[in-house]
Amino acid sequence: MNIVNFTPVAALTGGAIIGLAAAAMWWLLGRISGISGILGNAIGARGPDLGWRLAFIAGLLTAGVLTAVIFPGEIHFDMESGYLRAILAGLLVGFGTQLGSGCTSGHGVCGISRLSLRSMAATVSFMAAGILTVFVMRQVL
Amino acid sequence: MKRAFISFLCGLVFGAGLIVSQMTNPEKVIGFLDVSGDWDPSLALVMVGAVVVFALAYRLALRRHVPLFDERFLPPEKATVERPLIIGSLMFGVGWGIAGFCPGPALVSSGFGDPRVWAFVAAMMVGILLFRTTRRSS
Repeated sequence: MNIVNFTPVAALTGGAIIGLAAAAMWWLLGRISGISGILGNAIGARGPDLGWRLAFIAGLLTAGVLTAVIFPGEIHFDMESGYLRAILAGLLVGFGTQLGSGCTSGHGVCGISRLSLRSMAATVSFMAAGILTVFVMRQVL
Repeated sequence: MKRAFISFLCGLVFGAGLIVSQMTNPEKVIGFLDVSGDWDPSLALVMVGAVVVFALAYRLALRRHVPLFDERFLPPEKATVERPLIIGSLMFGVGWGIAGFCPGPALVSSGFGDPRVWAFVAAMMVGILLFRTTRRSS
């Protein structure tokens, strides 16, 4: 194993910003920033919670678009996957996060912070599956 | 309207954090999962940064009885580890490893303009709808 491309300052800074956004959602609205939950409950749903969920998703999209327009040089983006891989992965991520009630944000960040055993079990599961998948793709196939 | 505006700003800041930490770069995420090859530990520090800040904020907030702009705190209700949680998380992990995207970074980087990300996001929506349909019929 060699350590490569390690960006500790950007990682910690960006992580703290993510934590601040999740903290603001909790302090101001009393909600957990779980993106798969927000997305899953926004698709085809109605009611008083639809507005803030759509608004959060719009905020995420706007962050990407604004950065691409204002600071295109700051974007680091390398993608090896073609369409087929992207679509297969998307199906698994969509279905899996709904069945597993969460993803990296809800289980990984918020759940671990709340010391939720459930979220820790989920995080260990998706990390292990991700590591095994990359191992198979890079070393076996 | 006020709740939606606050939520929009939180989503914007959350997205900025994902961009600053480079988690919107799928090869960087795959580099973290590639522990047997060339390993990039950055994602672990992103989680450390986010967990430290949110864990403090979460505990501090519990001293209040209600959030500032809503009626109550709504933490997740379920606390037990059951089979769907693990199976779903394993499925998610496989998809995460295949393309290097989880839901948040995929939504943010769909703003960068690569149509393959749009394909991922569209398929993710289909996956969510498939889950809904199977659940309704069972």
